[in-house]
Formats: sequence, C-alpha cells, structure tokens
Amino acid sequence: MEERFHIIENYLMIRMPEEIDHHQAAALSREADQYILQGPVKHIVFDFEDTRFMDSSGVGVVIGRYKKIACFGGKVYAVNADRQIQRIIRVSGLKKVLNVVEEDTDV
Amino acid sequence: MYNEIKLEFDAISVNEAFARVAIAAFITPLNPTLEEVADVKTAVSEAVTNAVIHGYDGRKGKVRMHCILEDGLLHIEVSDQGKGIENVEQAMEPLFTTRPELDRSGMGFSFMEAFMDSLEVESVPEKGTVVRMKKKFAVIQPQADEE
Repeated sequence: MEERFHIIENYLMIRMPEEIDHHQAAALSREADQYILQGPVKHIVFDFEDTRFMDSSGVGVVIGRYKKIACFGGKVYAVNADRQIQRIIRVSGLKKVLNVVEEDTDV
Repeated sequence: MYNEIKLEFDAISVNEAFARVAIAAFITPLNPTLEEVADVKTAVSEAVTNAVIHGYDGRKGKVRMHCILEDGLLHIEVSDQGKGIENVEQAMEPLFTTRPELDRSGMGFSFMEAFMDSLEVESVPEKGTVVRMKKKFAVIQPQADEE
C-alpha cells in the first residue's frame, strides 16, 4: 500500500482516503498533525485522487490543518479533486482558504 | 411507486458509511444522477454523524433511519434518543459548532440544507432529535421494450 504522507521540501503531501467522513477524520487529522509538528512542514497539499466521498468532517480536517500552519504563513492546496469534491469545497466556503489546483489531465 | 425502509443501528462512527450505502441503494430505482446520489449520501452522512457525535457523544444508543419513496419524492427521517439540542436555530447556523476541539466544521446542517430540498429539525433536550429531509427526483417513465 502506498504511504499516505510524504514530505517534499517543506510541503506535506497527504493522499486522502477514498471516503472522508467523521469515522476517518480523527485518525487522519492526528497523523497529519504529527508530521506538521515534527517535520519542516510549511504548506500542505491535499491529494483527492482516491477520494470519492467527503462530507463536512473532511472540511473540518482541512480547516483544522490550515489553522495549524496559517500562523506561520503556510498555505493549503487541493489537487485531483473530482466534481463532487470540488462541489463540497465550493458549498462549504473552503475556497476562501484552500487553493484548488485545476489540472487538465482527465482522460 | 411506493417503497419504505426502517433501519436501526448502533450510534457508532463506522455506521455512517453503512447509512450512506443503504440510502444510495434505496434510491437506485429512481435512476438518480451521480450528483443526486452524492447529495443524498452527504445529507444522510451529516445527519447520522450528528446523532453519533452530538446526540450520544460516545454513549451507547441507536440511530433510526426511516425512508419513504413516494413517486419521485424521497423522505428521510434520521432520529436519535440522545441529549437533544438546546437551541436548534443556533445549531443550524453555518459554522456554529459546540465541538471545535474535534475539528468540527459547523457545516453539517448547512450541507443538509444545500443538498436536499427541505430540512426540518425537531429536538427536545434529554429526549432526542429528529431530522426530516425531502428531495424531489425527476420521475422517469418506464419505457416499453423495443422489439
């Protein structure tokens, strides 16, 4: 299985799970926070490539991590978000803090 | 078309996914779009999560989900017998949360409102909470088989 967390320079890359709900959120946040506290993490990239479902618990995960790095000038990015995930990002107002990277790699 | 299901399950977080799968299966005969399926799954996920986190807060209990499909109209009722909500109006405000330490976004009711056509919340402190939601689907007439 591929590792969920990678650090590239001062970016923490998080490969988000297939479903992000309350059940998944606590462990995900806890693990991410360990990397944020220990490593040289300034920015976070949330990779939604595998994600097919996300509810407001996922929004909480992103906002919570953002709060941890924002005071040091960190930024949060979303990559590979499909239409549903982009919709959640839009409806929740997450777009105010989350930079959605659009890619034209869809086949 | 009329169909009705009543489910009762333990108020534990693993059942949030169960409730989503159950509602997605229930609405399959409506030939919903991917977006409609996602809408309903998200709304149910929010309602059940609220019952687990806020209604029972780690204590044992049951969540009930009662769904009716009447022609193209879907009714969903998610109820718990947990601690109830003191101030429903405040709880429904976007970004309001009583549990910021859990990274709760305070968007649960907002998502239910955004993704369903109607939302009603009834709650009695120390008795429990009932969430009622409706969503209308375009009814597709069954087509006669072509020879």
